[in-house]
Amino acid sequence: MSKLYSGAEIVFKCLEDQDVNFIFGYPGGAVLPIYDELKNHSTIKHILVRHEQGAGHAAEGYARSSGKPGVVLVTSGPGATNVVTALTDAYMDSVPLVCISGQVPTHLIGTDAFQECDTTGITRPCTKHNWLVKDIKDLSKILHEAFEVATTGRPGPVLVDIPKDIQFAKTKYSKPKQAIKAKIKFHNQFTQNEIDELINLISKAKKPVIYTGGGVINSGPKASEALKEFVRLIGFPITSTLQGLGAFPGDDNQFIGMLGMHGTYEANNAMHDCDLLINIGARFDDRITGKIDEFSPKSKKVHIDIDPSSINKIIKVDLSIVGDVNEVIRATIKRINKKQNGLKDSNKQKISKWWEQIQKWRTKDSLGFINSDKTIKPQYAVQRLYELTKNQDTFITTEVGQHQMWAAQHYKFSRPNRWMTSGGLGTMGYGLPAAVGVQIAHPDKLVVDIAGEASVLMTMQEMSTAVQYNLPIKIFVLNNQYMGMVRQWQELLHEKNYSESYSEALPDFVKLAEAYGCKGIKAQNPDELDAKITEMLDHNGPVIFDCQVDPNENCFPMIPSGKPHNQMILGPNDKEENKITGKGKALV
Amino acid sequence: MANPKSAYSIPTKKGKSDTHIIVVWVDNESGVLARVVGLFSGRGYNIESLAVAEVDATKNISRITIVTTGTPQVIDQIKLQLKKLVPVHKVADFKREDKKVIFKEMALLKVVGNKKKVEKCIKACKIFNPVILDKTKQSVVIQITALRRDIDKMSKKLKSLGLVSTSRTGAIAMTRGAETFK
Repeated sequence: MSKLYSGAEIVFKCLEDQDVNFIFGYPGGAVLPIYDELKNHSTIKHILVRHEQGAGHAAEGYARSSGKPGVVLVTSGPGATNVVTALTDAYMDSVPLVCISGQVPTHLIGTDAFQECDTTGITRPCTKHNWLVKDIKDLSKILHEAFEVATTGRPGPVLVDIPKDIQFAKTKYSKPKQAIKAKIKFHNQFTQNEIDELINLISKAKKPVIYTGGGVINSGPKASEALKEFVRLIGFPITSTLQGLGAFPGDDNQFIGMLGMHGTYEANNAMHDCDLLINIGARFDDRITGKIDEFSPKSKKVHIDIDPSSINKIIKVDLSIVGDVNEVIRATIKRINKKQNGLKDSNKQKISKWWEQIQKWRTKDSLGFINSDKTIKPQYAVQRLYELTKNQDTFITTEVGQHQMWAAQHYKFSRPNRWMTSGGLGTMGYGLPAAVGVQIAHPDKLVVDIAGEASVLMTMQEMSTAVQYNLPIKIFVLNNQYMGMVRQWQELLHEKNYSESYSEALPDFVKLAEAYGCKGIKAQNPDELDAKITEMLDHNGPVIFDCQVDPNENCFPMIPSGKPHNQMILGPNDKEENKITGKGKALV
Repeated sequence: MANPKSAYSIPTKKGKSDTHIIVVWVDNESGVLARVVGLFSGRGYNIESLAVAEVDATKNISRITIVTTGTPQVIDQIKLQLKKLVPVHKVADFKREDKKVIFKEMALLKVVGNKKKVEKCIKACKIFNPVILDKTKQSVVIQITALRRDIDKMSKKLKSLGLVSTSRTGAIAMTRGAETFK
């Protein structure tokens, strides 16, 4: 007879077989047997967070930067409810997470026992799938299936709820190979005809644009390589969503910047005027499309996505290719090289006028801003941070708001998995714990959270985690004393009624940093900025950097409410009277 | 809504809605109905009726039949979203007008009244295969099987004849002929 293992042991055997090295978690009554078992498994390190939401975001940061699933371990009741925000965030942004939660013993389920909640009920709409383990015999099969579901197809979070008595119960262990794979839904069934049709559209296009998203990142670094080859081969302009940044080098001439609500003038106008739009791994999110009725009205639309339900959900497309981005692009490149070798040159001639038009749009310099020598402009701060960190392999996380958009606009990413931000759910407080997770995955790399002072206070407690594990994350706070994006919308849409958007009674971030046992730095004027950033980068340990920026700066360009792509509000640089005075000062 | 104070886009003109019958084959495990129904409520889809029961005890398969209305785009989304659920095996979609498909719903009707009224009721139900399940001096329980809209009409009609209680199963569907849905 083979050996019998307890449920807690089986949890770790599964994690070992799934090559898990880190768990982000927080103990509690209903997971104590699992925590008791931790000491016997030296290959698995537990990272103790200070709040379960932090565990979820840290696991997200770990997953996005490493391509491996993030693992979260929480207790029942409040442990599980606290992780719901992170699960929803991961669900919206397609991040593979496996969350293991403790549950009250089976016989107490449904009795309103201490720290009981209907975890599988609560997390059903924010996971790809979840399981309540009612029989110890199912445990190993479920855990392996959980990893399979989280990581295949369009990735996402899953949750396994394990009652305490199941953690004590004993049974045999079964390896992942024996787990049922038949249930896994994986769509990669594109046909050669679809590839040929795509090439046909490519060869006819005069005004094409490629619009890429997080799907390219999720398809792995190979997909980004394939994308680069593909884009250079056909010579098309390429724009990216917030989540897709880094898949194609941000400093490449073919890259026309991010698109959407705060995207560049050239990207949004190209989307509006194009005659062929190739969407690769993006989902026509409402921050991207603007007004649906007037979205890219003259174009043939192609959508490449692994999730069939993304196709025709928002925008009807002319050609859909359901499959893994990497494989679809590789098949297309192969076909072009084999059958249509001439396409390369003819294409570039055909679209030369289109590129001239794009160059014209580029001269608008839509990301420009009027710099100041008295106050630090937030855009300038991001630009300086970029200039001072671009020579090393840097990982950037963000919170949510103006600073996030400025980071997306002014920090240029040349590689995938270097940019971790909460896009779909827009979770303030994401960046700090995410940075913790990124630093765990990449202990020797520079990890910077470009933050806002309001967002970062939501999960500030995770500084303790950073200090405990000596994670040298840099929290670069663009402190404008406002919930900046809220303030901006109130200015533009609500007659400057700044209702509750002022960050009253802010802590002294330098003292706060010191209280946590890390370093605090404050920068107040543009002259000292470079030296202070360098001081931050040189410090071998976690830093909170209080960068005091102009509180009134707005994030431009912007597509206003209910408007199509070609009706953007540009920044103050665009106004004639500012143009002359601003031009010399603007640092772009 | 010329200038809404919102960063969200304005709802665009909706297409024509049609009634569809969606049939879903699922693993008969705990929570599966909640997953299916939760998907409908969470994404704002409509459920007109719902019928569910296990149809294969050895393979543990349940068959869920949902009557819903939506634009072609919404119906497509419903099918694609359902297919993403882990316990879902396959999803079929029939238009209500589809002649190749049989739709049936069963209803139990309780009528209270004198003999004359009761007889009148039974007579009115004649074309819907009425089965008398229970009969007393003052009442009758009639089982009929019919299309949803016919049952709607019947219950309206029988109101004046003493119909006091109606219980309905929700529609179920099956294709005609030798073929089955794969």
